[in-house]
Amino acid sequence: MNRNTLALIGITVLGLIAPFLLPQYSNEIAVMWLMIVFASTWDVLGGQMGYNSLGNIVFFGAGMYISAIVQIGLYYDVAMYTSGARTTHIVFTHAQYFTGFTLGVFAAGIGAAILAVLAGFILFGLRGPYFAIGTLGLAIAAAEIVASWTYVGAASGVSMPVFPGGPEAQKLYFYFLLFALALGTLVFLRWLYATKFGLALNAIRDDEQKAEAMGLQTKQYKRFAWALSAIPLGISGAVFGNMTGFIDPREIAFPTTTFNIFMVLMVLLGGKGTLWGPVIGAVLFHVIKEVTWTYFLGWQYIALGLLIVITVVYFPQGIVGWLTENYPNVFGERPKDERNSVKAPVLESAE
Amino acid sequence: MSEAILELTGVSKTYGGVRANTNVSLNVPRGSITGLIGPNGSGKTTLFNSIVGYHPIDAGSIRFEGQEISNLHVQEIARLGLLRTFQTTRIYGKMNCMQNMLISLPHRRAGLLDMFSRQHDEAAEKAEHLLAFVGLYEKRWLRSGSLSFGQQKLLEFAMALMNEPTVLLLDEPTAGINPTLINGLLDRLRRANTEFGITLFIIEHNMRVIMSMASTIYCLAHGEMLAAGTPNEVQNDRRVIDAYLGVH
Repeated sequence: MNRNTLALIGITVLGLIAPFLLPQYSNEIAVMWLMIVFASTWDVLGGQMGYNSLGNIVFFGAGMYISAIVQIGLYYDVAMYTSGARTTHIVFTHAQYFTGFTLGVFAAGIGAAILAVLAGFILFGLRGPYFAIGTLGLAIAAAEIVASWTYVGAASGVSMPVFPGGPEAQKLYFYFLLFALALGTLVFLRWLYATKFGLALNAIRDDEQKAEAMGLQTKQYKRFAWALSAIPLGISGAVFGNMTGFIDPREIAFPTTTFNIFMVLMVLLGGKGTLWGPVIGAVLFHVIKEVTWTYFLGWQYIALGLLIVITVVYFPQGIVGWLTENYPNVFGERPKDERNSVKAPVLESAE
Repeated sequence: MSEAILELTGVSKTYGGVRANTNVSLNVPRGSITGLIGPNGSGKTTLFNSIVGYHPIDAGSIRFEGQEISNLHVQEIARLGLLRTFQTTRIYGKMNCMQNMLISLPHRRAGLLDMFSRQHDEAAEKAEHLLAFVGLYEKRWLRSGSLSFGQQKLLEFAMALMNEPTVLLLDEPTAGINPTLINGLLDRLRRANTEFGITLFIIEHNMRVIMSMASTIYCLAHGEMLAAGTPNEVQNDRRVIDAYLGVH
């Protein structure tokens, strides 16, 4: 059994017992799983493929709104539901809630993937810093478009269907959904990076023109990579929207300056282009953020800023990158042959 | 002369007002080693870029195995089996040599699901074999960016062989390589031609190298085809000598 499998089993055990061990923190830990999804999916493009996206929040917000429209639209007129003039109180039955939510989650994942492919058609023409700025434009545009779209309540947002159950059940329900999503994302990425897909992403990162010259279908890989990382983001948006109970375009669905930037920071902190770097970065970042928010209120952005400066100046390769560089025997990739019958091929050249 | 595998007819390319290639025609026979020489700035690399589809050409036709390729994209041409190496060596620097090799498998018949395929043992064996062929077997797990320049060139060559091309365009394969390593590289190039049956089309500044390897040599000057023939004919062509000495 290799170290990755062990780490995944460890995470599973921790994730399963955490809400019972620390019930008072279960919401914070749930958000930590969300941060792991953010960081790990951002790293697909940002770390493995070398395309720094500042617009991945679009898929999170889009998933949130797609799910809301599906959940409400199945049973009511969305425009009426979101209208500010509505005075009636609308209740979703047990069956209505879970049917709508399940369909909403699926629609959010698929919708986010389709959006990523469409955005990729335009934005993958840009490289380097131009891609980063282009995607940032996409994120800002998405927030503004939704904020002026009255069908989904425009800037005043949408009150999501209320969870049909007690607050304890609700807390655990969303905790385990986010935990399962994070774990599923990690298992999926671990598999993905072990296939030819992972190598292709790294090749694009190292020299895209060379990859093209070698006949690699770079466009196809780039589009798939973004779409595959958009699926968990879309789903996480759907889950998080229902967890908070109220969604609005600027603060919750498309928060360009918070969640969107956190994605990048967590990966930089943990180490780009590795499976575990984003996870470690996300956990550390989230803990530091929560601690400063709780105990040093007013200083939290200074603390975060300091963290960024220290990371960029002293650990530009991130924690995992720093560890593999300085302790390659412990943390480095061990290039052992999985094939048992390794023998050096016969050197036939006349040397 | 056997049948031409790569056939250029009247190829012209201008950058703004600069005429990089004017009415260039040449044939690369199947299974041959063909050379392309010319003074600096004579349009050799531009011609290579035109062939592999880096930019559209202004006029003329480029045919590969009888098929017109001047309207195809870089990746499509590469998948047909017409591959090039770069003058400034290009490898995937943060990946190890084996990974460099494995991602260079031919993508000719790759379908959508092949994107998610696991690496086969045969592929790894082939990669090891080719790394041994160029003398990099011992370094196969090293980060390719940490290799010396000459070793990176050898790796790039091995990656090209991994891709199983029909025709390989080499842009100055010996440039920047330690003179003692050049002979080893030449031996590998010849064997790629004879053993793997790869047609080679080589840009080279080192006259000793190209004259000893190529059966036919084309000489470009100021973007135009100046002379063509056997090494002996080209070497003794007055116009070629003048072009190199700057009389032209």
